[in-house]
Amino acid sequence: MGAMTIQEALGAALKQAATVLPQDVVLGLQQARERESSPMGAAQLDAILENVNVARDGAVPMCQDTGIQTFFVQAGVDSPFLKNLKGWICDAVTQATKDIPLRPNTVDPFTGKNPGDNSGRYMPFINWELVDGSDVLISVLPKGGGSENMSTLKMLPPGVGIKGIKKAVIEHIVSCQGKPCPPTIVGVGIGGGADIAMKLGKKAILRKIGSENPVPEAAAVEKELLELVNATGVGPMGVGGETTCLAVHVEYAHRHPASLPLGILVQCWADRRAQVRLSADGTAEVIA
Amino acid sequence: MKREITLPVQPEQVREWRVGDILFLTGTIFTARDEAHLLMLEKQESGEGIPFDPSQMALFHCGPVVSPDGDGWKVIAAGPTTSIRMELFEDKYLETFRPPIIIGKGGMADRTQAALESVGAVYTHYTGGAGALAAKRITAVQGVEWLEELGMPEAAWFFEVKDFGPLLVTMDAAGNNLYKDLEPTIAANVKDVLARIDAS
Repeated sequence: MGAMTIQEALGAALKQAATVLPQDVVLGLQQARERESSPMGAAQLDAILENVNVARDGAVPMCQDTGIQTFFVQAGVDSPFLKNLKGWICDAVTQATKDIPLRPNTVDPFTGKNPGDNSGRYMPFINWELVDGSDVLISVLPKGGGSENMSTLKMLPPGVGIKGIKKAVIEHIVSCQGKPCPPTIVGVGIGGGADIAMKLGKKAILRKIGSENPVPEAAAVEKELLELVNATGVGPMGVGGETTCLAVHVEYAHRHPASLPLGILVQCWADRRAQVRLSADGTAEVIA
Repeated sequence: MKREITLPVQPEQVREWRVGDILFLTGTIFTARDEAHLLMLEKQESGEGIPFDPSQMALFHCGPVVSPDGDGWKVIAAGPTTSIRMELFEDKYLETFRPPIIIGKGGMADRTQAALESVGAVYTHYTGGAGALAAKRITAVQGVEWLEELGMPEAAWFFEVKDFGPLLVTMDAAGNNLYKDLEPTIAANVKDVLARIDAS
């Protein structure tokens, strides 16, 4: 896809996220299928892979839960469009809800009312980060409710150390069984504070499968946790098998001496994401 | 064992199916989530009854995305929803309406298991999130009940399906339960994994 207006690019990114699973996730699922020895687990992976093809070929959402549209924006401080970004993103979501269509998923917690267009208080949710330069990178992560319900925060006593973190992640993922639609991608956020650990965990989900944390200690924990969680046998959809998780990604911040916050963010196999780059000249493109 | 099934099916036939069997259904299935279950039970108790016979179909725990299409409807996506929410009243539903097959996600608990055994029915697991594949195997929307009262996801939709699956039998009419069978193996694996972390 070449240069577009920002409206076209955001619409295209939302459609791509809902209907086309990123290649790294498809590859992860294919590899999981190749090593699956349980016929019941293998049948789940076959259905997932066939579903992914049907959605892509028909340009229809891969899951009926098209999620809460969550954005991560890295905004270049020299971009002339900073004041327009929020409005553009909100408009793109209401338009995409009609065009694709997306399931209207935003509900008022007090009245139970659903505006029907995925808008609402703080919705779509936008995470902002200011960066150098004049480009703006907008990532969209439509996150389903079933896996989000399995995300959790643990405030561990620091004395349990990294071993305590590993155990807590394993015990939590096993307790989820098939509910978050495994094989999942697990984002592990460590340190910072309660909210920061959760946010880091969610940011970790945005990373591609196969990527590793550049800090060797964190990368070693990612690798070890992936191997250990897949040794539990929970398997695809919790029916037993070799692959419970496609990836474990760790992001961390320094912590308070008295705290060891651990955010465990769970993403279903439908790890939907897309990215738009908006240049200073006003042209935009879908880059991932 | 892979089984290609044409609905309706009789309880005697269903009692022969076992946990681990994979079904592909052809025929009519209907959707019901929390609200539709409750409404149908109320209507039956009040003597009004319901305008179809669930024993001739399969019950699908699903809140589909459906679009108007000419005079009718078109299914956009229709994957399973989490079944355990229906545990509160599924035993009563099974005993009242006798659907021979439940299609859902994640399994159910003891009360449903007992009702499956008494009426001769199975619970089957459909792959979570496979909403586009499900929509492709739905060849027609035959109708909908209670759309005004319950809204799109909670209404009872009637789908004509062809080779709808894979539906993995995870609870059968002989009392077998895949989830319970897996528990001791997973618990032993977890114990081993935690010991490896301690030893590292």
